[in-house]
Amino acid sequence: MGQDQGDGPVSTSRDQILARIRAANSGAANSGAANSGAANSGAANSAANSAANSAANWAAGGADGRSAGQAEYAAAADAAYAALPREYLRAHHDPASGGIADLFAERIADYRAVVERVPESGLAAPVARVLAERAAVTPGPFVVPDGLPPGWLAALSPAIELARDTPPLPAAELDRMAGVITGCAVAIAETGTIILDHGPGQGRRALTLVPDFHLVIVRASQVYADLADAFARLDPSRPHTLISGPSATSDIELIRVEGVHGPRTLHVLLALRH
Amino acid sequence: MTAPGVGAPPPGALPASAPHPGMPTYLGMPSFPVAAKAAVADSQLRANLAHATRTIRAKRAVAVAELADWEQLRQAAKAIKDHTLAHLDTYLLQLEANVTRAGGQVHWAADADEANAIVASLVRSAGADGVVKVKSMATQETGLNEALAADGIGALETDLAELIVQLGHDRPSHILVPAIHKNRAEIREIFRTQMPDAPAGLTDDPAALAAAARTHLRQAFLSASVGVSGANFAIAETGSLVVVESEGNGRMCVTLPRTLISVVGIEKILPSWRDLEVFLALLPRSSTAERMNPYTSTWTGITPGDGPQDFHLVLLDNGRTSALADQTGRQALRCIRCSACLNVCPVYERTGGHAYGSPYPGPIGAIISPLLRGVTSPIDASLPYASTLCGACYEVCPVAINIPEALVHLRAKVVDAKREKTFSPERTIFQLSGRVLRSPRLLAAAQRASSLSGKLVARSGRIRRLPPPLNRWTETRDAPAPPPESFRAWWARTRGTGR
Repeated sequence: MGQDQGDGPVSTSRDQILARIRAANSGAANSGAANSGAANSGAANSAANSAANSAANWAAGGADGRSAGQAEYAAAADAAYAALPREYLRAHHDPASGGIADLFAERIADYRAVVERVPESGLAAPVARVLAERAAVTPGPFVVPDGLPPGWLAALSPAIELARDTPPLPAAELDRMAGVITGCAVAIAETGTIILDHGPGQGRRALTLVPDFHLVIVRASQVYADLADAFARLDPSRPHTLISGPSATSDIELIRVEGVHGPRTLHVLLALRH
Repeated sequence: MTAPGVGAPPPGALPASAPHPGMPTYLGMPSFPVAAKAAVADSQLRANLAHATRTIRAKRAVAVAELADWEQLRQAAKAIKDHTLAHLDTYLLQLEANVTRAGGQVHWAADADEANAIVASLVRSAGADGVVKVKSMATQETGLNEALAADGIGALETDLAELIVQLGHDRPSHILVPAIHKNRAEIREIFRTQMPDAPAGLTDDPAALAAAARTHLRQAFLSASVGVSGANFAIAETGSLVVVESEGNGRMCVTLPRTLISVVGIEKILPSWRDLEVFLALLPRSSTAERMNPYTSTWTGITPGDGPQDFHLVLLDNGRTSALADQTGRQALRCIRCSACLNVCPVYERTGGHAYGSPYPGPIGAIISPLLRGVTSPIDASLPYASTLCGACYEVCPVAINIPEALVHLRAKVVDAKREKTFSPERTIFQLSGRVLRSPRLLAAAQRASSLSGKLVARSGRIRRLPPPLNRWTETRDAPAPPPESFRAWWARTRGTGR
């Protein structure tokens, strides 16, 4: 909030826009359209006044954050927000039913990802096989992000070349990779979605974008039934990529075609405990 | 549907009809009926549109039916958006504070010109003469590409359909699929003639066309230093931006360049991260009829070592505060640009998007354009009439925008704006009818006259042509012939007087 506190005029468009919003919303309170509960004109006037006061308070707010007026105004918004109706289902599937991992496999396969169920204790062999198959048709190294469990790569044939992203590989270099292998943060069964938060074992965003082949390992324990469960486990301050199948487009005659700018092949190893 | 006129300007509101220098490309458009005439006569266009909209309508219905709580999700989305609009200043300031804290810079643009100037100056200070763009309605609305070109900055559209439109020197005609008016054969022709690196022997197989676009844009993505995007959602609580897409061009634009500039309408804001559980359930199913679109990116300011290290958020008003001041029209600001309303609209299916004279076609465009720009130009004054009021748009809208209600309200505004102007046959007829209907004697005389004249002009029960100025009615439709005798006359003749 500090950038407007210096000398000279404040950002005029910012002030104009905020003033127009407050005028429009005090009008709304007057006609009862806003959900502030201001039904009579006295309440509406006070709403208009508090909007005007709030404007002044925001402008006067110190570098430490909210003034008393800001806090009061924001608290009113918070209270109204908490009271909003949310009658939708938090879960469309019962996680206790045990079919969540299967549902995830089925739904991401619907969007043309290649899915294999493998035992979590024996990931090295399927990883080695999938990379060997890819290497047979596409030259180049596979990029491996920092923090990938080393056991996953324990059975690779010596012919498979690996590249590390330290120091960071230029985009043009990434374009010459045969593929990338990563883990993920969480997955959603309902929509067949894999979520990367680009933490350890997932790499920065470019790593899973530029190469044309993405092998991703999803542990069954990372699969949540629905959007709401999965999103509650994410840290919004991190960058995220939600992936539901390989790159696709519906831009020609609204018909879905797989394979545009992102990885054209998405290979998923779903690791099960038994 | 409520009666028109409920949205009288509230005291203290700024005038909603103030002109905005927005959407420069489309000004000077003829009114909707004039523009639609050519489109309706184009049988290829109508076949392309009918095919595409029929396909997506059926798929959407299946995707929506999968969720038992669709209506509850829709009502939650409506409530969240209405709440956000009622506290828009608070949430914008919260967003600004959080984006700034996360290392981004926030700019405010009152109108299209200001937004374009901010972007141009940011591109220049990044030392670039070109940008890669992911499809964004906000920058189409501001005419950013044209403004940048005037400044010597090239803007490359990377969305497949936008690329088709840009290469074809055409205009977008659909919110989601801007090239919906072109079929695969036409697209192949555009690629063959306008794309220098199109492969020899390119077929019209959609997969081959998509592959050609991949090759064509690859180098531009890898070498771009500035990306320009919009955003589907901006989260006030965290300062996060969200871009929903399919092809991966969005990921390229928001990840690979050193500088990222996102131009976002002030109504795109959501209070909290949690709200994504509602909107990411509604948007893909309504838009592409998928359970989830292939790629969604979220980012919060700058992440050291990952993605752009210079991030700018341009918050755009450009008429949105005028729409907010319109108590009936403000619901249009709930729109999440899914385009479901276009795909079900019987008018859109026949006219296509160009006739709407704005980047926002279809039912939502018929209310958004006049709300953002006012009702002074011929195109904006005609848009509220570009509808049969059948209500299909309202039914499919994932944020429950009552488009028919807003259309009727805007029609009233158009009439009010014209009231002071010169002679109008329509108004004269309605004034005369009012007088006639108020007087039993005049009504009886008029009914006798119409029965008589009906005998003169009607053929087999229909009136096909009336003399001027009444021919404006019969130009596009037949009128039923008046009955030979009115009910009142029949009543009086058969038993009215005798009993």
